Amino acid sequence: MEENLLLDAIERYRNGEMDDQEKAFFEELRKNNSDIDQIVVDHNFFLDELEKMSEIKALKHTLNEVESKLVNEGVISHKEGKLQAKLVYLWNRSKRTIAVAACIAGIVSISTATFVSKYSEKKNVSQITPLVDNKLNQFEHKLNQIEHKLNDASASAAVPAVKPKFEANFRATGFLADGRGYIITNAHVVDNAKNLVVENKKGEQFFAKAVYSNPITDLAILKITDTSFRKVSGLPYTFPKSSAELAEPIFTLGYPREEVVYGEGYLSAKSGYFGDTASYQISISVNPGNSGGPVINKNGEVIGIISSKETNADGVVFAIKSKNIYDALRAVKKDKADTIKLSSSNSLKGLSRVQQIKKLEDFVYKVKGN
Amino acid sequence: MLEGLAANDSNAIETIYRENYTTIQAFIVKNNGYPDDAKDIFQEAMIVLFEKAKSSSFVLTCQIKTYLYSVCRRLWLKKLQKQNRYNPSIEMIEETIPVEDEIELHQKRNEDFILMENTLSKIGEPCKSLLEAFYIHKKTMPEIADAFGYTNADNAKTQKYKCLVRLKKIFFAQYKNTD
Repeated sequence: MEENLLLDAIERYRNGEMDDQEKAFFEELRKNNSDIDQIVVDHNFFLDELEKMSEIKALKHTLNEVESKLVNEGVISHKEGKLQAKLVYLWNRSKRTIAVAACIAGIVSISTATFVSKYSEKKNVSQITPLVDNKLNQFEHKLNQIEHKLNDASASAAVPAVKPKFEANFRATGFLADGRGYIITNAHVVDNAKNLVVENKKGEQFFAKAVYSNPITDLAILKITDTSFRKVSGLPYTFPKSSAELAEPIFTLGYPREEVVYGEGYLSAKSGYFGDTASYQISISVNPGNSGGPVINKNGEVIGIISSKETNADGVVFAIKSKNIYDALRAVKKDKADTIKLSSSNSLKGLSRVQQIKKLEDFVYKVKGN
Repeated sequence: MLEGLAANDSNAIETIYRENYTTIQAFIVKNNGYPDDAKDIFQEAMIVLFEKAKSSSFVLTCQIKTYLYSVCRRLWLKKLQKQNRYNPSIEMIEETIPVEDEIELHQKRNEDFILMENTLSKIGEPCKSLLEAFYIHKKTMPEIADAFGYTNADNAKTQKYKCLVRLKKIFFAQYKNTD
């Protein structure tokens, strides 16, 4: 019964029902007896919990009441949203499945369409394909990165690594027209590119921008904007204004892959696709990535720039005649007040092909962009 | 308004309901929920707000609407995560404020609440009603004696004491287990 009285006292103390004398006595008791103090603390805590619970219970009661009242008044509606909610819920839940299904359907229909067009419409409709390699795949990217890392590692002591790092999604070829950093390539290479980077044989990369681009002749001129680029002298080739001869042996250097690739052929016609007199038809084995490469004759003269090939025929390649370059230079001079000086001395003449290529290699650039 | 809520005033609660419920329901429904979920979440958020409003140190630094929305959003995310229906692109239709701490506190309290409720339901009748009458409805001993048919207040008090000791025993046994 002792505890009974004690708890009673605690509750009265808590509720402030004690008079001063009793209160003082009770506080004294707590102070002197730690057991009693512990009981007081426990009991207070317990009553707090009990009170909290009762408050929340009361609140929940009120909340429910208010809610059902509002539902009755029509302010809140659970039913109205139900169908919509179900739809939304189902949609959200199966969104991924639907997306996958749609993708598969899309792929199937596209591939069916491709198959159908490939096998049924194989009539002799000639098409030309620009020779830009825009299938730079991840594998090649990886290789590139590794290569750069290796280069960086080996060259970091000598050259501070300032190589622009960026992910290219196409690759083509270009070559120097002027040692101060002007590079000739195709208009279709640069037209849709946001950023352009050119890379020389040593793997040095420089940012460049297009200063001229003509979609009709498919000719473009880039200027290297990178400050790390230093003037190159001794361009070995010249650009003839006269027309090349039929059956003339020609060769080219380009970047259909990461490494420079040599190709040999002959001039097969003095006009290009559908009688286009601004270009030649040449017979040479080229691949995407060769676009913008120089077509050079045995005397070391750049007679053209590789631009495209006929899709459905073998060895039918088109090259822009070199005299178009002069038009381009005039246009650049007029628009940008940049004078591009083509080299006038030819140092390739009379050399063996191997020696010619050795001299040339340094002036043919890889053009990459995204 | 908050004072009204703290005092469990149904008018204040009704106003908060009117002003905010539709937004919350729209949010829940948009994010994989049913209106019934919205009802639960909203009520829970109201309890959080209620607990806040009761504590004297609480100062609301934003609108009630923003606060409720933030709490609901957090609670709903938690619930979705629990059910593995988590949708990372959960839509934001209102600005939010960080409420994580409060929700954790609330969950702790919620556990206590459930614990106490369970304990009460375990001691059985008439103990439960007797204790509720005294501690929750704040009835006096003579009233209780009358209502429960005890011959006098002292008997009721003895009975109440016995019940209380049992209740405390169960409560603290469980409370220590959960800690």
